[in-house]
Amino acid sequence: MKPRFLALAAALIGVSALALGVAEARPLKWAAAGDALTIDPHGQNEGPTTSLNQHMYESLTERDHAGKLGPLLATSWRVLPDDPTTWEFKLQDGVKFHDGAPFTADDVVFSYERAMQPTSDFKGYLTSIEKVSKVDDLTVRIKTKGPNPLLVNNTSSIRIMSKAWAEKNNAVKAQDFKNKEENFAVRNANGTGPFVLVSREADVKTVMKRNDAYWNKAKVPLEITELTLVPIKQDATRIAALLSGEVDFVQDVPVQDIARLKNQPKVRVTSGPENRTIFFGMDVASADLKGDDVQGKNPFADKRVRQALNMAINRPAIQRVVMRGESVPTGIIMPPFVNGWTKELDAAPATDVAKAKSLLAEAGYPNGFSTTLHCSNDRYVNDEGICQAAVGMFGQIGVKVNLVSQSKSIHFNLIQKNPAETEFYLVGWGVPTYDSDYIFSYMYHTRTGSQGSWNATGYSDKDVDGMIQSLSREVDLTKRNATIASLWTKLKDETIYLPIHHQSLSYGMNSTLDIPVDVANNPKLKMVSFKGS
Amino acid sequence: MTMPIPPKKVPSLWARILDSDILASFLRSKVTMVAALIVLLLFIGAAFSPWIAPTNPFDPASVFLADANIPPAWQDGGDPRFIFGTDDQGRDLYSAILYGLRVSLVIGGLGVLLAATIGITLGLLAGYLGGRVDALIMRIADVQLTFPAILIALLIDGVVRGIFQHASREDTALYVLVISIGLSFWVQYARTIRGSTLIERNKDYVHAARLVGLPAPLIMLRHVLPNVIGPVLVILTINLALAVITEATLSFLGVGLPPTQPSLGTLISIGNRYLFSGDWWIVTFPGVTLAILVLAVNLLGDWLRDALNPRLR
Amino acid sequence: MLAFILRRLFQSLLVMLAVALIAFTMFRFVGDPVNQLVSLDTPAAQVAEIRRSLGLDDPVVVQFLRYIYNAARLEFGVSYQFRLPVISLLGERAPATLELAFMSALFSLAVGIPMGVYTALRRDSWLAKIFQAVSLVGISLPTFLIGILLIYLFSVTLGWLPSFGRGDVVKIGSWWTTGLLTGSGWKALILPSITLGLFQMTLIMRLVRAEMLEVLRTDYIKFARARGLKTRAVHFGHALKNTLVPVITIAGLQLGSIIAFAIITETVFQWPGMGLLFLKAVQQIDIPIMAAYLMLISFLFVSINLIVDLLYAAVDPRLRATIGAH
Repeated sequence: MKPRFLALAAALIGVSALALGVAEARPLKWAAAGDALTIDPHGQNEGPTTSLNQHMYESLTERDHAGKLGPLLATSWRVLPDDPTTWEFKLQDGVKFHDGAPFTADDVVFSYERAMQPTSDFKGYLTSIEKVSKVDDLTVRIKTKGPNPLLVNNTSSIRIMSKAWAEKNNAVKAQDFKNKEENFAVRNANGTGPFVLVSREADVKTVMKRNDAYWNKAKVPLEITELTLVPIKQDATRIAALLSGEVDFVQDVPVQDIARLKNQPKVRVTSGPENRTIFFGMDVASADLKGDDVQGKNPFADKRVRQALNMAINRPAIQRVVMRGESVPTGIIMPPFVNGWTKELDAAPATDVAKAKSLLAEAGYPNGFSTTLHCSNDRYVNDEGICQAAVGMFGQIGVKVNLVSQSKSIHFNLIQKNPAETEFYLVGWGVPTYDSDYIFSYMYHTRTGSQGSWNATGYSDKDVDGMIQSLSREVDLTKRNATIASLWTKLKDETIYLPIHHQSLSYGMNSTLDIPVDVANNPKLKMVSFKGS
Repeated sequence: MTMPIPPKKVPSLWARILDSDILASFLRSKVTMVAALIVLLLFIGAAFSPWIAPTNPFDPASVFLADANIPPAWQDGGDPRFIFGTDDQGRDLYSAILYGLRVSLVIGGLGVLLAATIGITLGLLAGYLGGRVDALIMRIADVQLTFPAILIALLIDGVVRGIFQHASREDTALYVLVISIGLSFWVQYARTIRGSTLIERNKDYVHAARLVGLPAPLIMLRHVLPNVIGPVLVILTINLALAVITEATLSFLGVGLPPTQPSLGTLISIGNRYLFSGDWWIVTFPGVTLAILVLAVNLLGDWLRDALNPRLR
Repeated sequence: MLAFILRRLFQSLLVMLAVALIAFTMFRFVGDPVNQLVSLDTPAAQVAEIRRSLGLDDPVVVQFLRYIYNAARLEFGVSYQFRLPVISLLGERAPATLELAFMSALFSLAVGIPMGVYTALRRDSWLAKIFQAVSLVGISLPTFLIGILLIYLFSVTLGWLPSFGRGDVVKIGSWWTTGLLTGSGWKALILPSITLGLFQMTLIMRLVRAEMLEVLRTDYIKFARARGLKTRAVHFGHALKNTLVPVITIAGLQLGSIIAFAIITETVFQWPGMGLLFLKAVQQIDIPIMAAYLMLISFLFVSINLIVDLLYAAVDPRLRATIGAH
C-alpha cells in the first residue's frame, strides 16, 4: 500500500507545488529524544505529546515561539460587557478539517466538553468552566463559575477535533479505558492543522504530509511537504544522525554537544530559555519520614533544615558544569515569562556551606542525616546529572542522600499519587498560562480535588489557599497582582521547594534551516522556511 | 560379612594440576603468561582499590563538581591529580575505574559462582539419580540454554522494580545482576557434570561406597564431585569473561548499576554520552580496561581448555 | 518414534505452560493492572466496576485459564504506555527484528565458515593468526561498544552508512514490512547486522576450526588421502561436509539468542524492532508487553528446540537407538 500511496502523495504534492510556485518536495526529518505518548489531542498533557499534536490539531488561540498569545481558530474574543462570567469567541470562517468537513462552533463545544471529561488529561485547564455553548456557527460562549479574567490564556492548550468524525469513529471519550477496543483517535487524527497524518508507529516514526488545503497558508510559509518525527533515545545516535544528515532537525541537543555542533559548518544550533524551572520538593508535613534515618521526626518540617539544604546547593557550579551554561540559576520556582516574576524574587541564595552546617546543628542535626531523593532521568535537560551533583553538595553539609533515578512516567507517578510516595524529589514546572496562579494552584494549594495535584510536599496553609482561590475570581488586575506578590514573598520565605534554575533549550538543525527555540518547547514547523533555496 | 573396600583415594586437584603437563604448557606460552600477569594485576587493583585509588568515587561528598570533565594529565588542561582525567561529575577516572573494576568483578564472580553452584548441584543430581529427575532437569536446561542472560536479567529487573517501586537501584542492582547471571549460566555446568557423573556412577569405587551404605548426598559430594570437577574450571574462567560483559551490557542499557556507584559498564555508558563532545577519555579508559580484562581472561580460558584437551593442541 | 515425538511435544507444551504461569504472575501481580488504567481521581466505585469488568475478582485459577485462552488467541492485553493492544505493537515490530536477525545470521555464516576453514587448513599462516586474534577481540568487546565504534567510524567520520533506523521500508501483505527492497533499507541493515552478527561469527569460526581439525585427524580422511584424492577434494568434499552438520545445528539454535541479543543492537541503532519495544517496557514497567514478549520468545525457542530435536532423531540412527532403549 505504501509505494502506491507515496506515488499518490507525490503526485498531489507535485500539483500543489506548481500552484505554490515551489519547484521541489521539501521533506523534513525531525528527531527528538522521546515520542508523543498518544495522538489523541486530549489524552496526555505532556511536552513531547503537545509538540507533535499541535501540527495536526489546532486550538482557538496560539502562542508564538516567544510565548505571545495570538488568534488561531478564534479571530477575536471578549468578556461580555454585561456579564463578567461569560467569554465570547468569534471563530475563523472557511476552516476545514483534514477530512473536508467544515469547522464550526459545534466542534468547539464538543472538544471542550471532551477535554473536560474525567478521562481527559486537560481538565485541569478548564476547572473554572461551567458551560460551553454555541451561539451561531461561528460564535461560542464559555460561561465560568465566577469571573475569570484570564480564561483566554488556557485556550491555547485545548485542541479542537471534529465532532462528526469523533462520533462516527466512536472516539467521543478521551482514553476510554473500559472499552477494550482501542480508541480510534489514538491511531488516527483529523484536525484543522497544517499537517495531515499519513502513518504512525508509536516510538518508531510518525509521518505527516502538508495540508495543501490549510486555511491559514497565506500567513505561514508552510514549505515542508513531508514532516517525519523519529524518536531517537540515545544522545550519541541522535547527534550522529544530525551530523550525517539523516535528520534535519534535532529538538533535544545534549548540552555537552552544543560547542562541537556550533563548529560544524553544515549545522546550526539555536538556543534560548524555556518557560520552565527545575527544583526539588520535600515532604514538609508528615510527622516522620520513611526514607530517612531520623526516628520519630521529619527533618524537612524544620524550616532551618530546608534553608540549610537551599544554601548547600552550588547553583553556579551546576549551571557551568552540568548545564554547560545553558540555564539561569534561580531562587524561585517561577520562570521569568510568568506574570508575577520580579528580579528580587529570582535572586538565589549564595552557597554557604558553613552557614548551612550551623543551621543544621541549630535544628538538632549536627551530624546531618540521611534521606532518599527521587529523580527522573529522561525528562529534563540533564536531570540525572543535576540530582547527582546535588547529592554531592548535600553530602558536603553532612546530609547523606540516596539517589533513585528512573524513567519519567514512574517518577511522576510517585509524585502524583495521593498521598505521595516520595519525600524528596525533582520536578520541572512549565507554565503554559504564563500566570503565577498556575504555579500556586498546582504546587502550593492544599491537595484537594483538582487543586494541588502536583503538591506532593503536604504543604497546607488556609490563608494561602484562600488567597490562591481569590486569584481566579479577582477582576481588578492591580489588586490581583498585589495578591500574587504577597503570596510569593511569603512562600519564598517558607522554602517549601529548593529552586535550581530556569532551563534553556538548544535545537540543532541543518544550516539551511533557522528554527528558533520555542519557550514552551513546542517548535512550530509550519513556520519553517528553507533559506538555502 | 563383606569387607568394606576403601574408596579409591583421589589425589587433590592441585596435585593433579602440578602432575600434568599443564604447568609446562603454561610456561611454554608467552601469550598466556602475559594474560595471566594482566589478570593478576587487574584483580589486585580491584581487590585493593580503596587503598590504591587516590579518591573514593562512591562518596559524593568527596567529589567536587568544579573538577568535572578535566582531560587526562598529559593533555592541555590536564591536572596532575587526575591521571586519566575526570568524568562529568568531577570523579577521578582512575579511581572510578579501579572501583568499577571491583564492582564488575564482584558481580561477575558472584554470578558465576552462583551459576556453578546451581549447575553442579543439578548436574550431580541428574547424573547420579537418573530417570525422571534426570529427564526433568535436562529439559529445563534445554529451554534455559536458549534464554540469554540479557533477557533474564531484564525480566528480573522489570519485575523487581514493579514490586519494589521505591527501592533504590543502589540497593537492588547487585542482587538483580548476580541472580540473573547465576540463573542464565548454570546449564553448561549441569550438562558437563551430568556427563561425567554418568560415567563415574558405574565405577567400582562408587558401587563400593554404596554397598557400605553411605548416604547418596555424601557419595555425590565426597566421591563423585572431586572426580568430575576438572572441566568446571575451564567453564568458570570463560564464563567470568562473559559475566563481566553481561554486567557491562546491562549497565549500558540502564538496568545495571546506577551512576552513583558505577561499574565499568556504567562508566562506559556515561562516557558514551560525551563521545561526540570531545571528552573522549570518559568512555575510552573504562572501555579499554574492560576489553583488556575480558581478552586476558578469555586467553587464559582458551589456554586452559586446550591444555586439558590435548587432542586439539 | 511416534512415542518419542509425542513425548517431546508434551514436554514442550509443559514448558510453555510454565512460561505462561510466569507471564501470568507478572501480568497479574506485579503492579495492579487497574491502577495503570485509571487516573488518580477516578471514584472508587468506578475502579471497582473496572476491576469487575476485567475479571480481576474471579478466582486466580479462572484468571489463569482465561489468560492462557487469550494468549492462545494472541490477545495479551493493552500496553500501559501506548494504550494499544500489545499484539499489534509486537506485530509492527516483528519484521524489523526478524529481518535483522536473519541478516546477521547470514553474515555470521557467510564470513565465519570460510574463516574457520582457512584457520584450520593453514594453521600457521599469518592470516590465520590474524583471524584468530580478530575472533578473540570479537568475543572480548561488548556488542554495544562495537556498535558505537561502528557508528563513530562509518556514520559520523566517514558518512557512508546511516546511524539509526531501517531506512525506507516497503509494505508486503497486510503487516510485513521489509527494508530489503530499497537502497536505503540495505544500507541501514549493514552496521546493525555486523554488530549483532560479530559474536556469532567468531563462535562459528572457532567451531568450524575445531570441527575441521577433528575431522582431518580421523581415519576416514587419512584413508581418503591415502587413496590419492586431491587435497582440495578431501578438504571440501569430505572434511567440510562432515563439519557442517553440527555447525548448522548450532547456528539454528543460536537464532533464538540472536533475536534476544538484538535488544542491545536495536538500542544502539534505534532499530525499530521488538527488542527496543521490550527494553522500553522494562524501563517503564509496562508489564503486558514484558509478559507477551516473554511468551512469544519462549514459544520461538521451544519450537526451534523441538524442531532440532526431531530432525536429529530423524537423521541420527544412534540417537534413535537410545530413544528406543530408554
